[in-house]
Amino acid sequence: MTELTDLSIAEARDKLAARECSAQELTMASLKAMDEARSLNIFITETPERALAMAESADASLKAGTHSPMTGIPVAVKDLFCTKGVRTTAGSRILDPFIPTYESTVTANLWQAGAVMLGKVNMDEFAMGSSNETSYYGSVINPWRAGDVQTVPGGSSGGSVAAVAARISPCATGTDTGGSIRQPAAFTGTVGLKPTYGRCSRFGMVAFASSLDQAGPIARSVRDCAIMLGAMAGYDQKDSTCVNTPVPDYEAALSGDIRGLKIGIPREYRVDGMSSEIDAMWQKAMDWLKDAGAEIVEISLPHTHFALPTYYIVAPAEASSNLARYDGVRYGFRAALEAGDGLTELYEKTRAEGFGDEVKRRILMGTYVLSAGYYDAYYLKAQKLRTLIADDFAHAWQKVDAILTPTAPSAAFAFGSKPDPLAMYMNDVFTVPASLAGLPGISIPAALSADGLPLGLQLLGRAFDEATVLKIADVMEKAAAFTARPADWWRKGA
Amino acid sequence: MSIAPESYIVRGATGDWEIVVGLEVHAQVTSKAKLFSGASTTFGSEPNDNVSLVDAAFPGMLPVINAECVRQAVRTGLALGARINRYSRFDRKNYFYADLPQGYQISQFSDPIVGEGEVHVELANGASKAIGIERLHLEQDAGKSIHDQHPRMTLVDLNRSGVALMEIVSKPDMRTPEEAGAYLKKLRTLLRYIGSCDGNMEQGSMRADVNVSVRRPGAPFGTRCEIKNVNSVRFVMQAIEYEAQRQVDIIEAGGTIDQETRLFDPNKGETRSMRSKEDAHDYRYFPDPDLLPLEFDEDFIEAARQSLPELPDAKKARFTHEWGLAEHNAATLVGEKESADWFEQLIDELVAKTGQPIAKIAAKASNWMLSDLYGHLNKAGQNITQCPIDPARSAALLALVLDGTISGSAAKDVLEDMFATGRDPLVIVEEKGLKQVSDTGALEAMADQIIAANPTQVEQYKAGKTKVIGFLVGQVMKESRGQANPAVVNEILAKKLGSS
Repeated sequence: MTELTDLSIAEARDKLAARECSAQELTMASLKAMDEARSLNIFITETPERALAMAESADASLKAGTHSPMTGIPVAVKDLFCTKGVRTTAGSRILDPFIPTYESTVTANLWQAGAVMLGKVNMDEFAMGSSNETSYYGSVINPWRAGDVQTVPGGSSGGSVAAVAARISPCATGTDTGGSIRQPAAFTGTVGLKPTYGRCSRFGMVAFASSLDQAGPIARSVRDCAIMLGAMAGYDQKDSTCVNTPVPDYEAALSGDIRGLKIGIPREYRVDGMSSEIDAMWQKAMDWLKDAGAEIVEISLPHTHFALPTYYIVAPAEASSNLARYDGVRYGFRAALEAGDGLTELYEKTRAEGFGDEVKRRILMGTYVLSAGYYDAYYLKAQKLRTLIADDFAHAWQKVDAILTPTAPSAAFAFGSKPDPLAMYMNDVFTVPASLAGLPGISIPAALSADGLPLGLQLLGRAFDEATVLKIADVMEKAAAFTARPADWWRKGA
Repeated sequence: MSIAPESYIVRGATGDWEIVVGLEVHAQVTSKAKLFSGASTTFGSEPNDNVSLVDAAFPGMLPVINAECVRQAVRTGLALGARINRYSRFDRKNYFYADLPQGYQISQFSDPIVGEGEVHVELANGASKAIGIERLHLEQDAGKSIHDQHPRMTLVDLNRSGVALMEIVSKPDMRTPEEAGAYLKKLRTLLRYIGSCDGNMEQGSMRADVNVSVRRPGAPFGTRCEIKNVNSVRFVMQAIEYEAQRQVDIIEAGGTIDQETRLFDPNKGETRSMRSKEDAHDYRYFPDPDLLPLEFDEDFIEAARQSLPELPDAKKARFTHEWGLAEHNAATLVGEKESADWFEQLIDELVAKTGQPIAKIAAKASNWMLSDLYGHLNKAGQNITQCPIDPARSAALLALVLDGTISGSAAKDVLEDMFATGRDPLVIVEEKGLKQVSDTGALEAMADQIIAANPTQVEQYKAGKTKVIGFLVGQVMKESRGQANPAVVNEILAKKLGSS
């Protein structure tokens, strides 16, 4: 018999509706899995009492017939979303302690839909990182190992993908600024969708880079991402950049029929150093799509190689300003001061002790590129390149309906194996262009590496056309028939 | 004919110096809520009562523009005769301070909401001068740091944090302290007319940063110093005077002016250095990614234009050209919206009571209001909004003068009584028996009596010295104990003397 923790959202939804299991049973199974997976360091804050209370009210609405597809579904919440009455850390010491008096719009939407919060999951500090090694609360360990070698889960939504891959919860919220949903999804054999910028409200989400940050679903299937996105998305007047456009029924878009759709293959994504197994997976995916009646079209996105440097100017610039509010004055961490210390020392000591190295590095970079005399050479130039990158995609949409690329240039790597920040930043090479252009992108698992680690494919679409992205990804997912799962080595007694 | 503005010269040891002044005026937008949050803007609340999570910059909080503040800024731009920019956007001005929760101020740097405009000011010698407006932009106010309430700590009040300000930047067009004062007053008048700022400088709703430099007449601009947060018209003028002299003294002693930010000390009447250019912040302005640009269509701007009341310059022109008021009276009345409003109500009431055309009564009414009524107000230390007599009662009094019921001198007595008691003028007139005698029968008898008693004057009159009639009128007035209507007496006497 399938364990309750193996159920997808869609399966759990059907079982709950048919009263074959209760939300409380589902939640208890998740809480048990959470308990057994402590060694993976996924959760920063567990909220079992709240989970059970939410499950109880989910059961009540299932009984009353007032439920929705997410009712009773356990969710792991990335600790970047502010949750009312529940500690929120953003993976940083500087928010220790911080308990919000308010709820982010995205999580509020989920709870409104009846979903159940298991707790707050680990992440790279302020979502800055591609390996989950920058968290003040320690690294999350990827449920997938390369033989006996432990690997990183990717980042920054490392706790989110690990919770889903380790079968603690069927889904998790993630956030993606330059690839923070898609890259970790690829590293853990999960499905992660970054929606169009403006699709989900940013209200109550701790800001990293405001013009790039976007919340999205992480789950074990394309269908589940479709269901979950439907519950997360929607217009919110508390976020001026949130777009007032209808949220379609994404699950209904999964028709399986992609005949006649044109899929672009950008030649600039064939980068040096990409492994042959990733290239092979990419080729195979083209065949799946052709077999399903889609047409493969070679395209060019000529400014692709500017994307990474552009991103690492724009994102740190915004971050340097967004993180100025963490000053020890009103909330969170405040360093111990000595007699005679004034406001400057309060700032210096609090921020020196409160932020980790990667965050400091990006604040310094961002401050630098906005400084007098450097603004034009860096920030302004990056903005211009950002426009050119977006234009590349705009031209591509005249020829194709979606774009297929690998998600990341490699599989998950070992802890400490990328001590050079630039090498770490290279992880985002395929995900960053769509972030800069604000476009939706999904990562689905499509193959295993020689080391037995999952590899992901990325599919990008037009702005606000998540439906087409999901539809094509659904077809590819079926063709890939990726059924591998990590051995549950972390479980007590396993 | 035009009068030139008076020149203002600082006479130094080495010759004459001209001063150059530009003002950056911060005006708090009249709105219930802050620029980017729903928190209240009420003045005088308990510290930190009017603070939302956005104002205190909690994690994940986002600014949402207050449309009313945008509308008020556009209306203000129109009142300044300025270009409304169809596209503008917000930038972040980054710096750390305890009363700046976000670590940045949301302002407008490269693309302000309002562009160039012009304001006309009137000067004491009757000259008028155009002062250019460089731009107007919207920005957030900061909170307040309070350093003197705790021995070791600084307390922070965030009630003002996020309150909407309009920064109105003039061109360096002012050449005298008087012009700067007149410009600030005119700006205040305009803002109060259109209701976009209450102009209350004591409460900090309006304050000015004053840029001052000196130069030899006709030479290029000198290095300027900025005097921050000056909060009265008088202080602005004093600060300029002091600062110009200070700069001249330095240059004449062989020194150079450092570009710096200074503070004005009203107690000592001097400015002192606050921070030098080297200490100036690098604000790292960049477009705020949390906010969309503001884009206006013609309809929005036209609606804002339609919502403007008659502005002081137009009102003054109407008062002088259509209503026949003296230039000076009109200028005084339109200087404050409240006095202009009061005057217009007075005229409305007076027209209703007398049926006379406005042009015939307005000038008299303005004289009465500005000399008689203001005389009482000034003595009582009150302004027109505190006047114990309303326009309707005042019109009733003036109507009694206009229709000859009471004399002008009796009207002064009645006004004094009204000012003290607030009573109806007619009641006072009845009670004091101040009605003029216009009964020609009674007056003719008195006139005959006076003619008979003053043969010398009558002879003089007949010999062509007609001015002497004034003496005879006075005698009749005396006889009537001041109750005779002098105009009627004059008429009767003229007739009698001319016909005999």
